[in-house]
Amino acid sequence: MRTVVTVTGKDKKGIIAKVCSFLAERGANIEDISQTIMGEYFAMIMIADVSESKKPLAELAKECHEMGKEIGMAIYMQHEDIFNAMHNI
Amino acid sequence: MFSNNDVLETIAMVEKEHLDIRTITMGLSLLPCIRDTAEETAQKVYDLVCKKAENIVKTASDLSAEYGVPIVNKRVSVTPVSLLCAGFPSKAPLIGKALDNAAKTLGIDFLGGYSALVQKSTADYEKIFIRTIPEVLASTERLCSSVNVGSSKTGINIEAVKMMGEVFKECAYLTKDKDGIGAAKLVVFCNAVEDNPFMAGAFHGVGEADTVVNVGVSGPGVVKRALEKIPDANLTEVAEMIKRTAFKITRAGQLIAQEASKRLNAQFGIVDLSLAPTPAMGDSVAHILEEMGIQTVGGHGTTCALALLNDAVKKGGVMASSRVGGLSGAFIPVSEDIGMITAAEKGAITLDKLEAMTCVCSVGLDMIAIPGDTPATTISAMIADEAAIGMINNKTTAVRIIPAIGKGVGDQVSFGGLLGRAPIMPVHACDSSKLINRGGNVPAPIHSFKN
Repeated sequence: MRTVVTVTGKDKKGIIAKVCSFLAERGANIEDISQTIMGEYFAMIMIADVSESKKPLAELAKECHEMGKEIGMAIYMQHEDIFNAMHNI
Repeated sequence: MFSNNDVLETIAMVEKEHLDIRTITMGLSLLPCIRDTAEETAQKVYDLVCKKAENIVKTASDLSAEYGVPIVNKRVSVTPVSLLCAGFPSKAPLIGKALDNAAKTLGIDFLGGYSALVQKSTADYEKIFIRTIPEVLASTERLCSSVNVGSSKTGINIEAVKMMGEVFKECAYLTKDKDGIGAAKLVVFCNAVEDNPFMAGAFHGVGEADTVVNVGVSGPGVVKRALEKIPDANLTEVAEMIKRTAFKITRAGQLIAQEASKRLNAQFGIVDLSLAPTPAMGDSVAHILEEMGIQTVGGHGTTCALALLNDAVKKGGVMASSRVGGLSGAFIPVSEDIGMITAAEKGAITLDKLEAMTCVCSVGLDMIAIPGDTPATTISAMIADEAAIGMINNKTTAVRIIPAIGKGVGDQVSFGGLLGRAPIMPVHACDSSKLINRGGNVPAPIHSFKN
């Protein structure tokens, strides 16, 4: 099952390292990353496969969001189908 | 595949523009619950609702977390209760109480279907049933009621219209210490639909499957933001933008509806393509109309803007969903829309303008507070006007008005939460009782004879 992980917020050191190791610990495999800085604003979008994670997606998504709050970033993990549904015919 | 901009757009819709799935409503047939006595039937009803809908709250919470889209309400609609109680109509409140208890057990905020369908005439058992509505709405918390008093095929049952004016007043009177909230849980329809997921008018039609999931989408904030980006566009372009936005919103609803019905072991019913406001800032249908170019909603041009909006929402949504139904359009409740509340406080929007707007919106006179001393026959006459609009135009119309007992113009009622607050609007003082007291039926219009 593929998910989209978005990380947005004010740029600071170590965001990518923190997010990637957090995902790796939970058995997620990162398939794609794109990241940009706009002024002080950091935006990263990842595709992560969570098929091998032992936790259900709902729980993983909540954990990601909580971890984001700890480091002052907005982090969402969402099933990719929501984007496929809304943006593809 | 989607682009990064698509991803960020969706997230902005949720974070900043109040995109949400407004309701997942499970429709349940209660016909298998009918027994010889009211007591046995009530027990069966409670058991069936609690069993079939036991996972609705958890499923909605899981889906919301997985897809990152809030699901605001979890609800249940049931077979019109009057049909279950034809043998013991005076004991219908027992079923009502059982349904309210089931809603509490499930942890859902509303359950709809304490309803009667009397569009052509009112059978004796239905007369008794309808008279139980005020007491039941006053003594329950989460139960909603609706009565269908007319249709394009049958005309309007004026006897039922007369009765419902009285029922509205009694509902308000019995709950006068709570600003008449009983009346806010009651809807009178013309052309009621059997798969509507929205409260207070949801019930589960007899032509439906045993267990169905219907989903109502929303997102007035998303539409308003989209229009803010094209301030100088002409109305053709405005309509296109609304269509495109409605398409995206509805696709999210379709996905959630399919997934929810699978997990809840129910048939996928319909997606209701509605723009449903809440009293929150940035979640207003009135503000969309103002963004289109009306200084304050209620001004001249409002009906035109609403017609364009309503139609474009349907056109965008229809292509996005495999099964569309329910009420599908823009709702214009007064107390549940911050833009409407503001306009009503300024006196910019009146009952007469709202009535005109109901000719082109999805439903009708919704969540409007009127003076408590309004005669029941005047309320009936308002219902008759709305029913006539629905009957002639082949659309659903409804009335949900709250006579504010002990209050008058200048006061307001406040229910809190999604039901919001409403300033009391003046009604015409002239007497309409003779029309209503004539009884009989308004015959079905000539264009209903299509066979």
